[in-house]
Amino acid sequence: MDVFLQQLINGLSLGGIYALIALGYTMVYGIIELINFAHGDVYTLGTFFSLAILTLLGVTGVVTGPALILVVAVTIIGAMILCGLTGVIIERLAYRRLRNAPKLAPLITAIGMSFILENLMLYWRGPSPVSFPAVIPNPDVVLGSVTIQTKQIMVIVLAIVLMLVLQVFVYNTKLGKAMRATAQDKDAAQLMGININTTIALTFLIGSALAGAAGFVSGVYYGSTWFLNGFAAGLKAFTAAVLGGIGNLAGAMLGGFLIGLTEAMTTQFISDQWSNVVVFTVLVLVLIFRPSGLLGESLPNKV
Amino acid sequence: MTVRLPAPLRTPIGQAALAFAVAIALPFIGHNGGFTNFLADAGAFVLLALGLNIVVGFAGLLDLGYAAFFAIGSYAFAMLASPQFGIHLPFWVLLFVASGIAAVFGILLGAPTLRLRGDYLAIVTLGFGEIVPQTFLNLAQWTGGPNGIGSLDQPTIGSYKFGFDALPYYFMVLGLIALAVWLANNMRASRLGRAWMAIREDELAAAHMGINTTATKLAAFAMGASFSGLAGCALASKLQLVSPDQFGFNVSVFILAMLVLGGMGNIPGVIVGSLILSALERFILPQGTNFLHGLGFTSVDLSNSRFLIYGVILVMMMLFRPEGLIPSRQRKAELHAADDDATVAAHEQTLYTEAVR
Repeated sequence: MDVFLQQLINGLSLGGIYALIALGYTMVYGIIELINFAHGDVYTLGTFFSLAILTLLGVTGVVTGPALILVVAVTIIGAMILCGLTGVIIERLAYRRLRNAPKLAPLITAIGMSFILENLMLYWRGPSPVSFPAVIPNPDVVLGSVTIQTKQIMVIVLAIVLMLVLQVFVYNTKLGKAMRATAQDKDAAQLMGININTTIALTFLIGSALAGAAGFVSGVYYGSTWFLNGFAAGLKAFTAAVLGGIGNLAGAMLGGFLIGLTEAMTTQFISDQWSNVVVFTVLVLVLIFRPSGLLGESLPNKV
Repeated sequence: MTVRLPAPLRTPIGQAALAFAVAIALPFIGHNGGFTNFLADAGAFVLLALGLNIVVGFAGLLDLGYAAFFAIGSYAFAMLASPQFGIHLPFWVLLFVASGIAAVFGILLGAPTLRLRGDYLAIVTLGFGEIVPQTFLNLAQWTGGPNGIGSLDQPTIGSYKFGFDALPYYFMVLGLIALAVWLANNMRASRLGRAWMAIREDELAAAHMGINTTATKLAAFAMGASFSGLAGCALASKLQLVSPDQFGFNVSVFILAMLVLGGMGNIPGVIVGSLILSALERFILPQGTNFLHGLGFTSVDLSNSRFLIYGVILVMMMLFRPEGLIPSRQRKAELHAADDDATVAAHEQTLYTEAVR
């Protein structure tokens, strides 16, 4: 039971990372119906950007006191801005021209973009894992036999806060309304005076910025990263988005936490060699039995 | 001025025969073991590209885990023709057994997923491509884990053993390619092939015309997978080894890039695209690196950039020439339909503006 509770905490914090990545998948899919394969790599870029910012700030280890808040805030915001811009550039270069092309075409460019990003990161930081400074001090909270690390609390809180901000943005602002309108019907939205190019670029900006935040968090959480990190994480986060109901923000969050839990429990009770296999099996099962996901609505085929 | 080819070479069959004759002559022109070795490997990848072409090019289903079927075919051969279990079935039987097993897995993966929309299929095949090599890695008691399975049987014809020279393997691969081209070409023109293309162009409309879309797509998956089983046998028997690291996601994308470069759906295009990328990997990048080293850029190694180059090929081709270098006419029209719509829309806009004025 103690082991179970411990893995519950671990799973929730892992899930926080997947949830943040899944939001980007679900937003982009919701608006242009494209699986942005490069999204997982934008997440890895987020870790590398964070590392670069920390190096600029001269941070190599634990930071304490008020400086901690400043360092964390500057790094997260910096990584979010850089990743957001990367996302906008990717959309502009690789996807915009193909918005009306047959489905196959943007999917193939998305795979190509993913390869390009991975290999640029390979040039930048080399093929071996790069260590990430343990910024957050570690006075663990001990509840009976369960230990909660400070960084785990940070992941969960950050994921929930960003999710709430996003929810407010999408449902209570004019730009959010424009995004929802564009997702429903691009032509009609355009007739209503919405600039759909800007709106889609904004979607990529926000989705990629969330991946940037996830990148920082995962750096702190795992203590290292490497250039191919985003491949498996991206696949799991996409599974999370599908599990929750693609296009649905709350669903992505829920799916993220569920996938995190699945992975933690698999690692504990089966073997971590099989965690990818189990998560992928979940994806296939969801797609077969409930393709609209847990919170999604099923859509009729568009003619 | 147009060059008029002699009459027999103006037919597709004549051209194919000429290409085949050139392919037979190539290793004797080279007189070089390394070159023959390259030809045999490149030939196996032509076979893989022809198989993926059925799935992606003909039926329009984006399969990002094609290397998984290649892995299954190779491992099926390795387990049935090696000291691993002490089973030594004849190579020529296994050729069909392995491609049959690969096809069965194509159906097993396809049956639950092919009802899905095209983009979901892409991610499911991606995941499948990821877990198959991982499963072979994890099941070490049967598959040898990271070491793979070695000392595989060599093909024999009567008392002639293929041995370690690449030449007989090259001729075998050439024969398999001829078989694959013949099959693919006939299928393309068949009722099934036309159903694939109808699904590719508009799945909903195809279903309304009475095509059983799931069965048709399954057939494409099984066919494509069976070609990879042939390639798996050929390559595994030549290398004498299968191991999980031969079948990563990179391999799937490598093959996809061959199709995209050459021309999805067009058999000659796919073959040319495949040969270009194999040559790029084996000759052009190492030579380019040597050349740059000669110029003083000693830290550059272009071979490390090959995956970057595949990524750039995928993006650039899709943006600027989605039909590939040697397109099929039909595919070109489809891929440019959006441009035509845009042209028409722009024209109507002009007319409207003029009318209002």
